[in-house]
Amino acid sequence: MAAAWEWITDLGNSKMFALVLFMSTFIGIVIYLFAKPSRARKFETYRYIPLEEDDSHLEPTARRDKTESEKQ
Amino acid sequence: MSQAATTAGSVPATSVASTEQYNYAIVKRFAIAAVLWGVFGMAAGVWIASQLAFPFLNFDIAQITFGRFRPVHTTAVIFGFGGNALFATSYYVVQRTCQTRLYGDSLASFTFYGWNLALILGVITYTMGITQGREYAEFNWQIDLIILVVWVVYFWIYLQTLLRRTQPHIYVANWFFMSFILATALLHIFNNLEVPVGIFHSHSYPLFSGVQDAMRQWWYGHNAVGFFLTAAFLGMMYYFVPKQAGRPIYSYKLSIIHFWALVFLYMWVGAHHLHWTALPDWVSTLAATFSILLLLPSWGGMINGIMTLSGAWDKLRTDPIMLFLITALSFYGMSTFEGPMMSLKSVNALSHYTDWTVGHVHSGALGWVAMITFGSLYHLIPRLWGVNLYSLKLVYVHFFLATIGIVLYITAMWVAGIGQGLMLRAFDQYGNLAYTFTESVVFLHRPYVVRAIGGGFFLAGMLIMAWNIAMTVRMGIKSEAREREEARAAEARTA
Repeated sequence: MAAAWEWITDLGNSKMFALVLFMSTFIGIVIYLFAKPSRARKFETYRYIPLEEDDSHLEPTARRDKTESEKQ
Repeated sequence: MSQAATTAGSVPATSVASTEQYNYAIVKRFAIAAVLWGVFGMAAGVWIASQLAFPFLNFDIAQITFGRFRPVHTTAVIFGFGGNALFATSYYVVQRTCQTRLYGDSLASFTFYGWNLALILGVITYTMGITQGREYAEFNWQIDLIILVVWVVYFWIYLQTLLRRTQPHIYVANWFFMSFILATALLHIFNNLEVPVGIFHSHSYPLFSGVQDAMRQWWYGHNAVGFFLTAAFLGMMYYFVPKQAGRPIYSYKLSIIHFWALVFLYMWVGAHHLHWTALPDWVSTLAATFSILLLLPSWGGMINGIMTLSGAWDKLRTDPIMLFLITALSFYGMSTFEGPMMSLKSVNALSHYTDWTVGHVHSGALGWVAMITFGSLYHLIPRLWGVNLYSLKLVYVHFFLATIGIVLYITAMWVAGIGQGLMLRAFDQYGNLAYTFTESVVFLHRPYVVRAIGGGFFLAGMLIMAWNIAMTVRMGIKSEAREREEARAAEARTA
């Protein structure tokens, strides 16, 4: 354990270790996204989430419009 | 032009049912606080810009001199205007996209009072001359502790709300908000490791010193830009652009790559603020390299946002809110091109310690951060109060004032910065400096005047927005009161 700690705290090692770790994780994420077409298609369906909100209770006529018509 | 035509597919009114389903009260409070801090912070900005052009405006009053008022401006606009807007929009977006009510009503209220109390204390202490002297983190250690508690509570509320979602997938806007909350917690803690002089003393000593402390400062400083002023506002963008456009985001896969690339790359770039200093050369090169790489996700995100309008560009002619959102993305693209370019050591040798840096920051802060916030608040506030905006014409006026203001500001700073850089590096045939420092200051006067005018334009737009929002809220309150009265009357009739 002490040897591992010593190895990672050496900047010469940790720089390369961090580079390999982050780079491979990022490449892994890209492969995960694009490798399987069905998965890629599934991800694209999530872009509709903001538009799928429960807006049924929203009224197209704003209260202000109602107020003005009341004034008339 | 009709108001309905400009609300682009989304309807402006909310009903009581939605108020019960979601906690909108807290979103309203933060949204209003954002507008108020915006007015105050931008007014402070115009004031200090005018002081630089006309130093007599310091009036020999210590409390309002440039040195004390500058952190008042940065704190008010970044944490007051930006921070409150982020609380408001993140609390709104997480509820809407997770289709669940925000966790912990009283905890959410605590974040509102705690955050704004810390900011007010900050403003008061800065004018009294109490500061840590750390850029964008000038709060003294007691205020740092208040912010820490508020931030942990914010994280807890957000996490618990995500865990209670009824929507199986966590929408990408929430990823950006979550990364902002986590990264800001890390940055705040490590940048403020201090040894207080005494328990009742406002001053403290930094835990690190010299180049390590400089490194820590700019690791914080640039990641505050990266995670507070970029990732979080991208969260805003990924919800409000599709919502206002009434169309889904251009590519969800691109948004995922944008997110991961951004969070992987940003943490490494802070050291580009310390080129040509005692910092080891490899750290400097590493920061410049990662800064160049950052161009890819930044432009990927910009393209993703702008292309959301693909096939519906006409909305830019009819919807001033869309104008704000798309112009913000254009400025995001521009400043994320300028930033990597300035991080190159050779360019930095000219640009650093000049007003070019100030211009760059403001093309991002005014063009990207403020514009995306204006667009989001114009979308959000009418929906929170269930009314249309008081005046869409005023939104147009605001848009053009803000755009003219930014253009004046950044061109003045390009002229000032590049001129200043060239003057400070010019040598005569004997190898002596060609210009004295005083000559460079004299040269800066005109660009500084233009900068103050540009800031004045931007502030005028903000004041118009505040008026428009105040009138909209007033209509909403009146309308709610009338509805309650009608409901009571109907109840009395049936009884």
